[in-house]
Formats: sequence, structure tokens, C-alpha cells
Amino acid sequence: MRWIWIDKFIEFNSCRNAVAVKNVTLAEEHLHDHFPGFPVMPETLMIEAMAQTAGILVGEAKKFQEKVILAKVKKAVFHDYVTPGDTLRLDATIETIAAEAASTSGTITCGDKLVAQIDLMFSHIDKNLAGKEFPQDNFVFTDTFKSLIQPMVARHAETGSEAQR
Amino acid sequence: MAHTRDEIFGQVRDVLVDALGVDDDEVTQDATLMADLGAESIDFLDIVFRLEKAFETKIPREELFPAENLINEAEYINNGKLTEKGLNELKARMPHTDFAEFEKDTDINKLADLFTVNAIVNYLDTKLNAA
Repeated sequence: MRWIWIDKFIEFNSCRNAVAVKNVTLAEEHLHDHFPGFPVMPETLMIEAMAQTAGILVGEAKKFQEKVILAKVKKAVFHDYVTPGDTLRLDATIETIAAEAASTSGTITCGDKLVAQIDLMFSHIDKNLAGKEFPQDNFVFTDTFKSLIQPMVARHAETGSEAQR
Repeated sequence: MAHTRDEIFGQVRDVLVDALGVDDDEVTQDATLMADLGAESIDFLDIVFRLEKAFETKIPREELFPAENLINEAEYINNGKLTEKGLNELKARMPHTDFAEFEKDTDINKLADLFTVNAIVNYLDTKLNAA
């Protein structure tokens, strides 16, 4: 089982960029401990949200044939707190994509406010690690994960822009 | 556009500072990427991607860092050391690299020491200023 940490995509341009939304709620139990009386979203979980946004973008670029693993946090700069009730907008852009790996840049904003800048690298693990073998099935992109972009794909199909991809 | 060696070194240093989070005075010509600058395997790809952007050129990873492909071939490795055939092959694939020290002991664990800042600068110097 893999957990989903973003709520939906609102833009998805194959091989280029994507925008996802994450709503933060006090129903998330970890916010009760982080910190008692002063709930703020852990910065590591902002990186996770960006990793999911950018990771799905990178995975879709190779039609989910590659096992895409977060390999490096190239940059993570945080400018502001995120608190319950905030709606985060995650903008991810593919900077480079090759057979073995991809590099992405991204920003997290809340309204007009820049919350974080997060640049990541993903490894296509079957093409790396000196020929080590991994299970055949793609354990990274489960159906649940892929279902996140289904509404976007369906909308593309309706507007005819799917044909241009 | 011609690039002087100093210009190339300057840009390579900036790339390594950003990719590896090191200080610019640590990036000397002789520094090895792994032992001295702390690079790990994924960093090599990061470095390749960043160099491609900085120099606006395509850099095949196996051209700049060919050792990884080579050590997967049995005829090039014997008992943890590079065979003569393997060494010759590696030299052919890494003309931008100084092999003087490595030749004394071709232990594959020492392959990492071949990847120096200077090797990257040599590679780019040849690539960018060829023809």
C-alpha cells in the first residue's frame, strides 16, 4: 500500500509540467504532535507532496513503464509555515529527462505566498544500480496513484488536446 | 564559441558547488568527486544534467563516466581488478583522464579516484573546443 499525499491535479501537461493541490487539515494526526498548540506542516511532508506531484509527472512521461524513485533532494528552501486550513498549490516542472533519471524543479505556494522551492531528482531504477534486478511489476505506480491523473486525462480527451500530446 | 580552460573550470566548479553542496575552494583541479567531494552515484547524473545546461551541449553519461558500464562486463574484470584488456578499454573510453596512479594497482574499488575535477574539465575542453 502506498499513501497518497496530494489531493488532485489541476493541470497536467505530459513531459512538461503539472500542478497539484494539497489541502492541509487538522484531521491529520501528526499535526497534533507537530507541535502541540502550534500545528505546522512538517517540511519533510512538503517534500513528499512535491515528490508525488513531480514523480507522477516523470512516471507518466515514460507511460508508467519505469519505476521512478526519489533519488535526491537537490534543493529545499522553506519560506513560510503551513498551517491547518491552508490549500497548497504544487507546481512541478521537468527540467531534464533521460533514460536513467529525471530532474525536476518546483514551487509550493499558498495563495500569493511562496512557501517552498523544491528541486528533485528521480532515478529510473531498472536503468541504474549496475544491473540489480527489481520485481517485474511496477510497485511504484499502483492503480491508486495512476487514478490521480485520470480526471486530467479524461478532460484532455474531451477537449481534444489529448491528440496533441 | 570557444571556451578557455579557466572559463570551463569556473563553470564546472559552480556546477559541483551546486550539485554536491561543497564550498568553492574545495573544488580544486585534483579533487576526486567521490572521496574528496562526497559524490554518490545519483550525483553523477545530477552533474551530467547540470553540465548539459551550463554548457548547452548533450553529454552522454557513458562518455563522461564510462566505468559503470565497463565493470559489468566479465572479460574486463578479474579478481576485483581490471584486466589489461579492461584497462585498455577504459583508457580508450576515458581519454580525458590521467591513469598514472591507477595503473599501479587496478583495483576496481579505486576506479572512483579516476573521476577528478580535472577529468571533467579535460573532457569538456576537448568536446567544446574540438574542430
